[in-house]
Amino acid sequence: MGMSFLLRRLSYGLLLMLGVVVLNFFLIRLAPGDPAVVIAGDMGGATEEILESIREEYGLNKPVLTQLWIYISGVAQGDLGDSFFFNQPVAKLIGERISPTILLVITAQLLSIMLGVVLGVLAARKPNGVMSAFVSVFSTIGYAVPVFWTGIMLIILFASTFPVFPVEGMQSIKLRNAGFFTQALDIAHHLVLPAFTLAIIYLAQYARLSRASMLEVLSSDYIRTARAKGASEGTVLFKHALRNAALPILTVAGLQFGNLISGALLVETVFNWPGMGRLAFDSILRRDYPTIMGVLFFASMMVVVANLITDISYRWADPRLRGRT
Amino acid sequence: MSNMTDHSAESPALEAWRMFRRNIPALFGVAILALIIVLTLYGQLFYDGDAFDVVWAPHEGPGVTPEFPLGTDYLGRDIVAGLLTGGGPTLAVGGAAALITMIIGISMGALAGYYGGWVDNLLMRVTEFFQVLPALLFAMVLVTLFSPSLWTIAIAIGVVSWPQTARLTRAEFLKIKELEYVTAARAIGARNSRIIWKVILPNAMPPLIVSATLTIGVAILFEAGLSFLGLGDPNVMSWGLMIGANREYILDAWWPVTFPGLAIFFTVFAVSLIGDGLNDAFNPKLRER
Repeated sequence: MGMSFLLRRLSYGLLLMLGVVVLNFFLIRLAPGDPAVVIAGDMGGATEEILESIREEYGLNKPVLTQLWIYISGVAQGDLGDSFFFNQPVAKLIGERISPTILLVITAQLLSIMLGVVLGVLAARKPNGVMSAFVSVFSTIGYAVPVFWTGIMLIILFASTFPVFPVEGMQSIKLRNAGFFTQALDIAHHLVLPAFTLAIIYLAQYARLSRASMLEVLSSDYIRTARAKGASEGTVLFKHALRNAALPILTVAGLQFGNLISGALLVETVFNWPGMGRLAFDSILRRDYPTIMGVLFFASMMVVVANLITDISYRWADPRLRGRT
Repeated sequence: MSNMTDHSAESPALEAWRMFRRNIPALFGVAILALIIVLTLYGQLFYDGDAFDVVWAPHEGPGVTPEFPLGTDYLGRDIVAGLLTGGGPTLAVGGAAALITMIIGISMGALAGYYGGWVDNLLMRVTEFFQVLPALLFAMVLVTLFSPSLWTIAIAIGVVSWPQTARLTRAEFLKIKELEYVTAARAIGARNSRIIWKVILPNAMPPLIVSATLTIGVAILFEAGLSFLGLGDPNVMSWGLMIGANREYILDAWWPVTFPGLAIFFTVFAVSLIGDGLNDAFNPKLRER
């Protein structure tokens, strides 16, 4: 993998993030009303003293470009402003909540890709079989169900009828001081329902996509060659076909990451998962704009990083691309 | 097979319609959607009751009192009344947001694909930038900053959803602008704007119509999500709001959240059946998939 390729993608990612910072800056100023009042949040009724200190800190009396520069250089140093509701720096607030979100999003992503691909591959073996019909019905249903509603239905089902999985939060209070392994198991147990809720929509899409992509690959010459050589069905499907069918899946997985984060926002709210989505929701109700903007910044950064990883793994999966920069 | 020759001279639109008409799931989708639209538009003529009025004891189960067939919510509001009035805003915002999405997406994609070069480069960078922003979060921010009304919600959804449409339009334009009839149009001196809107766009429409249908479905889910979070217009009843308002009490009463959720599901399901049907109708070769 060429260094110049990596460098170029990295600097492009940084440029996109700079764009997000500039957007955040102008959103606050486009909102109706005095930006100092907007930043303070209109829940508590900020005192003139607080407003004055905000004007001072953000340089609100200076020209717009100077303000922008103050804001950008602050963000570059990890300063996303302060939440006047929590009376804490936004970066710290988000730092405490980013790992539950990453855990939820990545688990859901892996779950949906793996289960989706298995379903899709099984369906592709018989294009007119029961499995194919199931995949297309399931993917249409999966597309149409609101994710927050799936979560609520699962809570109703698992809270009373089958109380096997916890329906709220990320950890049991009584296990907070237990050993690492017990705690990890406890978190995994709490993760089942939220991750599955989030995975369902995308699972359906990956199943449909990998079925279509496998069908195309399975009719190609090299698959006929592999079969003619006497390779077993498993080798043909998983070694020869899936590797080639994986490229579109990878592309979609990268593109979907932003939607996955949007979905996580709703799922976290439904399951009281203590992540960034929950924080964003609470902050919006409190009109705590510095926190909301901070979440927008970090969530966008997760998408940029995910895109970077997709680009890199794309080159790894498709050797033809490696020579290009 | 025999009637294929009979229709060989008919227009592509007519041919697509012929295909669509034979697609049972798609017709089923049209029927469900038509029923839902009729119920939300005219249901209140036949069923008395305001969605916000407290009319009965809270949490009355479905089927217990004949006057309130689907029961009441945590405040004692009639669920059927909520379903009938709550569909209007959801459908209106979904439709308006899809329209805004298509207008922005098609304009960006058409300009980028047609002019190429630096225009393409610039517009695609803008598109990529918007794809980096997590759509729901960005929409939440917009709605909160500019106070929620049906219009702000529709605009917010449109502003976050257009990139995919732009990419699709651009791809179609890149393909079509190389075709001979475009060269011919240019040769007889047609202006760029005429070539874009009158020559290329109509030929790029089939995939865009399919995409517009799916966009309506996504926009409806978006609106439902925002109202569920309590970011919709608080003075307008909507299906998402019904679910959000009753969320705290799901373990006491399942019906106030289940029925609006089913309503959203069936609406989006119908829209996506129609979208699939249109896709098959416009791409007869792909039908086997």
